[in-house]
Amino acid sequence: MADTTLDAKGLNCPLPILRAKKALKTMEAGQTLAIEATDPGSAKDFESFCNQTGNELVSSSEENNIYHFEIRKT
Amino acid sequence: MADQKKLAIIATKGTLDFAYPPLILATTAAALDYEVTIFWTFYGLQVLKKERNLKISPLGNPGMPMPVPMPVLVQAMPGMESMATVMMKQKMASKGVASIEELYDMAVESDVQMIACQMTVDLFDFKHSDLLDGIEYAGAARFFEVAQEADISLFI
Repeated sequence: MADTTLDAKGLNCPLPILRAKKALKTMEAGQTLAIEATDPGSAKDFESFCNQTGNELVSSSEENNIYHFEIRKT
Repeated sequence: MADQKKLAIIATKGTLDFAYPPLILATTAAALDYEVTIFWTFYGLQVLKKERNLKISPLGNPGMPMPVPMPVLVQAMPGMESMATVMMKQKMASKGVASIEELYDMAVESDVQMIACQMTVDLFDFKHSDLLDGIEYAGAARFFEVAQEADISLFI
C-alpha cells in the first residue's frame, strides 16, 4: 500500500505533474505516492518527471484507460 | 541549491491560448526543481493584469478548429471573439485543462519570478496598480542578467 494517494483523473497536462509534486513535498523520503490519471500523456510525463527529479518510479501501468503510477520519494 | 537548473522565458502574447505555453512550461519546470523567471513584455502584460480579460480570436487563425465551417467575414462579426472565447473556456474546463488563473497562482506559489517590461507598461499606459502584486519591473538588461545564468531560454 502506498503512503499517500493522488487522484488526478480528469486532469490534463500539466496538472497531474503539478499535483504530484505538491503531494511529494509533504512526504518523507522513502514514502510512496500512488497516482491515478486519465491523461494519456502522463505515462511518459511521470517517467520524465522521475528521471529529472531523482524520485523513483516504482511502477507504471494502464488498465481501462486509467493510468496507475507509484513513485517513491528519494 | 547551487546546481539548481534555471529557465528564463520571454512571454510576448496576450491571447487566452497563448497565455498557456509560458505558464505551463514555467509551472512544470518549477515542479522539476528549476528556478524559473518569466519576462512579460508587450501583449504578454495582459496576463499580469488584475482584471484579466484574455480572449481568443478565430480571425486570422486558420488553425483553430471550428465546430462548423465559418467564412472569414463571419468570423469578423461583432461578438464572434467573445463567443469563441466562451466556447474555448468551456472546452478547456471539460477536458480538465487548468484555467490561466489557476496556472498563474500555481506559478507564483512555486516561486516563479515575474518580471514586467517597464517600457511596454509605459507604452500601453498601464499603471503598476493595474497589474498583480509581486511583480518586478525592469528592462532588457535585467532579462539578460537572468538569461545568462539560465540553462534554457525561451521566447514565446
